[in-house]
Amino acid sequence: MGFFETTLGMGVLMALQSLLIVGFVMISLLFLVYGDRKIWAAVQMRRGPNVVGPWGLLQTVADALKFILKEIVVPAGADRPVYFLAPMLSFVLAVLAWAVIPFNDGWVLANVNVAILFVFAASSLEVYGVIMGGWASNSKYPFLGALRSAAQMISYEVSLGLIIIGIIISTGSMNFGNIVAAQDTGYGMLGWYWLPHLPMVVLFFISALAETNRPPFDLPEAESELVAGFMVEYSSTPYLLFMAGEYIAIWLMCALLSILFFGGWLSPIPGVADGFGWLLIKMVFWFFMFAMVKAIVPRYRYDQLMRIGWKVFLPMSLGWVVIIAFLAKFEILGSFWARYTMGG
Amino acid sequence: MTVAVLAFYAFSIVGVVAALMVTLSRNPVHSVLWLILTFLSAAGLMVLLGAEFVAMLLIIVYVGAVAVLFLFVVMMLDVDFAELKSEMVKYMPLGLLVAVVVLIQLGFGLGAWATSEGAMGLRQAVTPDAAVTENTKALGLLMYDTYLYLFQLSGLILLVAMIGAIVLTLRHRKDIKRQNVLHQMWRDPAKALEMVDVKPGQGL
Repeated sequence: MGFFETTLGMGVLMALQSLLIVGFVMISLLFLVYGDRKIWAAVQMRRGPNVVGPWGLLQTVADALKFILKEIVVPAGADRPVYFLAPMLSFVLAVLAWAVIPFNDGWVLANVNVAILFVFAASSLEVYGVIMGGWASNSKYPFLGALRSAAQMISYEVSLGLIIIGIIISTGSMNFGNIVAAQDTGYGMLGWYWLPHLPMVVLFFISALAETNRPPFDLPEAESELVAGFMVEYSSTPYLLFMAGEYIAIWLMCALLSILFFGGWLSPIPGVADGFGWLLIKMVFWFFMFAMVKAIVPRYRYDQLMRIGWKVFLPMSLGWVVIIAFLAKFEILGSFWARYTMGG
Repeated sequence: MTVAVLAFYAFSIVGVVAALMVTLSRNPVHSVLWLILTFLSAAGLMVLLGAEFVAMLLIIVYVGAVAVLFLFVVMMLDVDFAELKSEMVKYMPLGLLVAVVVLIQLGFGLGAWATSEGAMGLRQAVTPDAAVTENTKALGLLMYDTYLYLFQLSGLILLVAMIGAIVLTLRHRKDIKRQNVLHQMWRDPAKALEMVDVKPGQGL
């Protein structure tokens, strides 16, 4: 019996794998922030960060160092335990969901049956970081931001959940590995779920924008209305944790979009080898879309945001679940929607 | 001691301590946060029992939605909490009484479930083999095949309750200005905007 088959060895192996995933997430985070700023700058015909390192590539490292070395300012009326718990919570929960995300065939830390629900649960807990931060600051703008964010995240979770149910019905499983395998039909990118679930890709993308508080739905931290929303009273490392948590959540949504609708690690052309590179390319593409939306679309008004969530997205995604249930049950177009009939 | 046993003790101790803190904590917002920790430990225990689907639902529904609403309401309460706490002694006997009644009911229910004659047969009839089917599938088969009518009935009751709550609280205020979204969306720029070529030094 080798060392890695004992309980201790398995624990060590697990820890190393977790470290690898956290490393991947953190390193990609460095370049995501840089990329976000560069894309945003390019749209506005600016240069963006270009001083630290070649092409400004190390700008984020410099920023992170700056955040860590600065003094932490705590408001006098703050509820200290909750005040410090909030940023940690939002960072930890953002990283937590990566435990079940597969990066390639079999490259997954925890291959659980209810992987989708796990990701969904972790992302539904993220609202607590925001509410706790807003409340514990004991200040007006953060509290208003927290209330807005609570309402917003709960509203858009509902439609995200319903869209995911459509995917689960098509696949017959909640495991990411099975979901990607169900998209491997031999037709390359035509077999992926974006085609049978076409309207839902758009809805998922927009809901993901709202769920991660990205522009045009960044009402919880709208600087023209609430200064910086729930983050107003945060400085230094706690602020860094909030920001990092937010970007990791966005990166996670990119991964979800790629895995659920765009075949994960499958290659778009039949015959070309599948692999981690394809997943990365898709995730980067979706991040590019996130950044472009931030640069191009003006911010929504709060009542418009709630209206579009409850009166447009919810009925549409609910209706789609009903339609997809019939299409899959009666196997319209063979296994086009009913992928669980393909065998294997 | 295996990892599972260790995890069980960790989850249950955290759960019990958090539940105690819900009642003992001075600040109601902290109480709700402890309550959330209790939910999470309960979800952990369910994962240990192999009921991962129920655990995830507990987190998504109770922690992710219901507890957020609790937190919402408690945060916005404008009550003098020091005064509220001083009355705790007054309500203590009532609270203890409720706790004892619930404990006795749970004892009866679980005791009957464990010891009555037909219990073993019933349990085996209902529970599919965990090795053969996932518990998501098992629950789905039970709810949507075996007990479909009961499930639909409970859904109907919830719907009636929901409509009732909406009807009770719905009131239309006439004295406030409302946004008409369709009106806003169909607004024609050509009718609202006038392009004027302003000559320098003249103004309009």
